Amino acid sequence: MSEMTTLAPPEVPTWRMYRAMVGVGLLCGLLIVTAFQVTAPIIARNRAAALQRAVFEVLPGAASSKTFVRQGDAFVPLPEGASDTPAVGEERVYAGFAEGGDLIGVAIEAEGMGYADVIKVLYGYGFRENAIVGFKVLESKETPGLGDKIEKDPGFRENFKALDVSLDPAGKEPVHPIEVVPHGTKTSPWQIDAITGATISSKATGSLLRKSTAYWMPLLAPRRGDFEGSR
Amino acid sequence: MNQDPLWTIFIGACLINNFVLAYFLGICPFLGVSGKIATASRMGAAVTFVMLVSSVCAFGIQILLTQIGAPYLKLISFIAVIASTVQLVEMFVKKMSPALFRALGIFLPLITTNCAILGLALFQTNKGYGIVQCLVYALGAGAGFTLALVLMAGLRERLDLVRVPDVVQGTALTLMVAGILSVIFMGFAGLGG
Amino acid sequence: MTTDGQKNQPSSTDEFIKGLWRDNPVFVQVLGMCPTLAVTNTAQNALAMGLATTFVLVMSNIVVSSIRNFIPKQVRIATFILVIATFVTIVDYAIQAISLDLHKALGAFIALIVVNCVILGRAEAFASKNGVAASALDGLGMGFGFTFALLCLGVVREVLGNGALFGVHVFPERFQEWVIMILPSGGFFTMGAWLLVFNALKKRKANAAGPREEAA
Repeated sequence: MSEMTTLAPPEVPTWRMYRAMVGVGLLCGLLIVTAFQVTAPIIARNRAAALQRAVFEVLPGAASSKTFVRQGDAFVPLPEGASDTPAVGEERVYAGFAEGGDLIGVAIEAEGMGYADVIKVLYGYGFRENAIVGFKVLESKETPGLGDKIEKDPGFRENFKALDVSLDPAGKEPVHPIEVVPHGTKTSPWQIDAITGATISSKATGSLLRKSTAYWMPLLAPRRGDFEGSR
Repeated sequence: MNQDPLWTIFIGACLINNFVLAYFLGICPFLGVSGKIATASRMGAAVTFVMLVSSVCAFGIQILLTQIGAPYLKLISFIAVIASTVQLVEMFVKKMSPALFRALGIFLPLITTNCAILGLALFQTNKGYGIVQCLVYALGAGAGFTLALVLMAGLRERLDLVRVPDVVQGTALTLMVAGILSVIFMGFAGLGG
Repeated sequence: MTTDGQKNQPSSTDEFIKGLWRDNPVFVQVLGMCPTLAVTNTAQNALAMGLATTFVLVMSNIVVSSIRNFIPKQVRIATFILVIATFVTIVDYAIQAISLDLHKALGAFIALIVVNCVILGRAEAFASKNGVAASALDGLGMGFGFTFALLCLGVVREVLGNGALFGVHVFPERFQEWVIMILPSGGFFTMGAWLLVFNALKKRKANAAGPREEAA
């Protein structure tokens, strides 16, 4: 106490500085690791639950889900105990199964530049319908009251109940790429009816889905067995 | 790996999601050193410089931490690296260019607690940018910060000559003006689409 | 300089009260503006951010004041930052464990508590010179003062911008929301408005104290 209140000591030996830094460093390291150890399982459980909720939402009728990793042309189940964040270059999809274990479809994450920042979505591809059957915005900073209608607007969500993404006979690309059309002019099942006043956000959503489906559909469609075989 | 093209990253960081006016990062220097255009632009230059350096450092640390599997050390090592980067830059500039050092002077140490720098490091890792993207992102963020600071300084130099009620004088007025600037910057949204 | 042991007894309530009002970190000292403006778009976010900051403030004050005799002057800032970063990391994990949605809403601003000048400021100005109990109280007072300020902004912005308070609608259906209030610019406007209120209060007090004195 007294050494603090007296005028600053002329010189502090180096070892005292080292002692202080190392001591505090050890203490902090101990605290952080303890906190991490305690919370890690809870956080992992929360994440898994949130992911499952999202998968169930975009794949109506799903009662269980399983994560798959793409390996070349094939899809293999994610090994037990793997990290819940994908490694660099690792591509994951989430298969949803109905009560009896029948495959419903696959949920896929996609992202693209929106009006304000990146929009991140999860959409469900139904094998039977050969179409997008569900859609959920995971992350967006679109303008509240306008652009963020892509998250809640019931009319807009109606677009994703059965959005056609069927492939051409060669199986290389969707016959009709997804299109965004002005509000009220939707005529075909591959078109998205835009939201009035949120044209850019609607278009961004359409464009990110178009890119994502063009990439994934040719990969997924022939590999239905990979998912079904896992049950 | 993130695929965003470089120009979208730059425009995004500089105008659409301006660090000061949209993300509220670096408000302290924004309010503190935006009194004169000359000081504001120097501060902007200093921040941009430190952003570039710490962006590279943060990129390296992120790789290292993923390698050794210690994500919980991210924050602590980012802040330690930024603090020491600022110290190093200060020493280096002092040695190499005393003129520049005098010009940047007191601003360099202040930058350590500038949340824009730490924010940049955190955002770039969240977005999963590669090294070139990181550099462009840092450059854009720095340019945006400088732009906001210089614009504000220009406005405040004028405001000094205007008679306003006593109550409004000072930070309250600066914040109101910043709000209007922020509305204006909203007009840039959509450029990246 | 030294308020230690028995000497802090009479002033302990004062340590607590001063942060709430007289030295309010946001409205009076204008510190920690970044989180104040960024995460106050709803009252719930504001409350969560305020409590997280309070926790970090109290814990770092306690640790800093209990190791204050052990730290040479030259390395004190470095150790303070280390301590603060530790507690921020802990809070970050705690919030993730409590609610992922909340963690997403606050985003990077939890991590940015590290560079909140209020915390380093209290560690340097108070905790490094005072006893553990006084420092804890000081941290608690400042933290609650900070939370109070955040709530002031959050409530105004949510009520006007969303027509709701803590997610519950308070206006009739036909109320047109002021969307701008939840946008970034709304943060600047609301903060400016609150500062106006505080300036006006300060001025009235100064005038009441001495009408002939120069108004502060």
